[in-house]
Amino acid sequence: MITVKDLTKRYSRTVAVDGISFEVGKGQIVGFLGPNGAGKTTTMRMLACFLPPSSGAASVAGFDVLEKPLEVKRRIGYLPETPPIYPEMETTEYLEFVGKLKGLSGSELQKRIDYVCERCAIADVKNKLLGKLSKGYRQRVGLAQAIIHNPDVLILDEPTAGLDPKQINETRDLIKSLAGDHTIILSTHILPEVEQTCEQVIIINKGKLVATDSVRNLQARARGAESVLLEVAGRNGSLEVPIVRHKLEQVSGVSQVLVKQEIDGRAVFEVESQKGQLVRGDLARAVVESGWDLNELRPAAMSLEEIFLQLTQSDVAAEDDKTSAAAAKEPQA
Amino acid sequence: MRNVWIICKKELSSYFVSPVAYVLLAMYSLIFGLFFWLFLQRFVVVGIEMQMRGQSFPMNVNEELIRPLLSNMAVVGLFFIPMITMRLFAEEKRTGTIELLATSPVRDLEIIIGKWLAALLLFCSLLFMTGLDMAFIFRYGKPDLKPLLIGYVGLILQAGALLAIGTFISTLTKNQIIAGISTFCVLLGLWIIEWPSEFESATWAKVLSYMSIVTHNESFARGTIDSKDAIFFITVIFLGLFFTARSMESLRWRS
Repeated sequence: MITVKDLTKRYSRTVAVDGISFEVGKGQIVGFLGPNGAGKTTTMRMLACFLPPSSGAASVAGFDVLEKPLEVKRRIGYLPETPPIYPEMETTEYLEFVGKLKGLSGSELQKRIDYVCERCAIADVKNKLLGKLSKGYRQRVGLAQAIIHNPDVLILDEPTAGLDPKQINETRDLIKSLAGDHTIILSTHILPEVEQTCEQVIIINKGKLVATDSVRNLQARARGAESVLLEVAGRNGSLEVPIVRHKLEQVSGVSQVLVKQEIDGRAVFEVESQKGQLVRGDLARAVVESGWDLNELRPAAMSLEEIFLQLTQSDVAAEDDKTSAAAAKEPQA
Repeated sequence: MRNVWIICKKELSSYFVSPVAYVLLAMYSLIFGLFFWLFLQRFVVVGIEMQMRGQSFPMNVNEELIRPLLSNMAVVGLFFIPMITMRLFAEEKRTGTIELLATSPVRDLEIIIGKWLAALLLFCSLLFMTGLDMAFIFRYGKPDLKPLLIGYVGLILQAGALLAIGTFISTLTKNQIIAGISTFCVLLGLWIIEWPSEFESATWAKVLSYMSIVTHNESFARGTIDSKDAIFFITVIFLGLFFTARSMESLRWRS
């Protein structure tokens, strides 16, 4: 549905987006993740035909954003960072205006207005001035505006920014319910949001693509192996940690055992195993058969947050190395 | 064409739901009324004087009253146009709604023409208010209708040209005040560049005089259509809207 190839946006002094490539399939929800200033908004603006790319290409539903912008615009719904509302308009008046702009008319337009009002839970502010609405309502009117013409692709720039926790949940549910009929790209710097709503993640940092994968793969890939956390306790209040460790290491398939925590008589171990090896059962048996208690056993999936930090920081570190190396060279020259 | 009308209607309604349109209507009517009263007084006094001197041929209402009135309103237009155009794009840029327009399946030119047309229609509604004063002339005098209508056509054409310039300037900034003041200065400049031609007869003075907006309105105020002047205004409209389109395009490359 969306194809982006070597997309670059250069401003006079800075490069906002640097050679990004990715693809999004039909009906997917993709999270566009990155710290502030990473180039998320710029990329989305290019997809929405608001900014032309400096080089590279992007196409939506098979239409190039530079060559056929009108066709692309017909097929996208775009919610910018600040909802684009006219404060002097009433909600229905505004939706009517946007609907007409997007080519709807007559009874179809009325039907769509009723539908989006209900869908986005703004029916109770239909006749209010937009300027008097709260931030949460404005955001939802913005979302209603984006889906009014039932577009194939939705581009949402930080759709939950500035909402309270309840509204955030409602908005997430709304977005999730829209997937399937619509292909959705949403940007955010809030990680749990991606874990909860998206199937696919695109992580960018400083304008460069850092990773693109499904949420699950990314969590697995960050480790390259599976790891399990287990808490073991001794029967009589004391536990010989090195012995337990040794025992665990002997379970077949285990590649590494780390002691994470040690509190009187209990210890938490992180056990890494080679990929594809199912060691959990063997671990449990080994612990129990040796006469210790197994308090807890769970897969240590890395949270997206950790992956994100790992990915973006390693990048920063590598760059720091480069600059310091360059600085070291300079005096010699 | 449909899109132009959608944009135009939205712009017009945003003029009329805010106090902007009403303040402009009231002020324009007030100023026109003041001019009307002044020129009418002069007309009456001069008429009485001439009668006392024994010149009995009737004075021409079109020549002695309507013509100076419309010429002066052409200058007053310079002050009102910036207030009409200053928000057109500046406000959309400030609030970010320009992103909505620019990502809707609408051509830039349709947006621009829609906005310009709304501004022109607002100006026409200002002129409409002056019909009240004109009605008095028709009630108590016998002016020719045709030159009067031509005078109004001239005012509308001139306004179209000035509004196109104002629309262009409004795309250059996010700030309404800056757009308004810059437009005002440019329009003022376009008025006074004809002044050197009063004391200077060199070619450059003639060129400057030709570029002045107000000189091109004189033929209309006189009640004649000079194709040279009509073409001048239409050219300025096209140029203004063309530059607006270029500016909007460059907005995308820069912002």
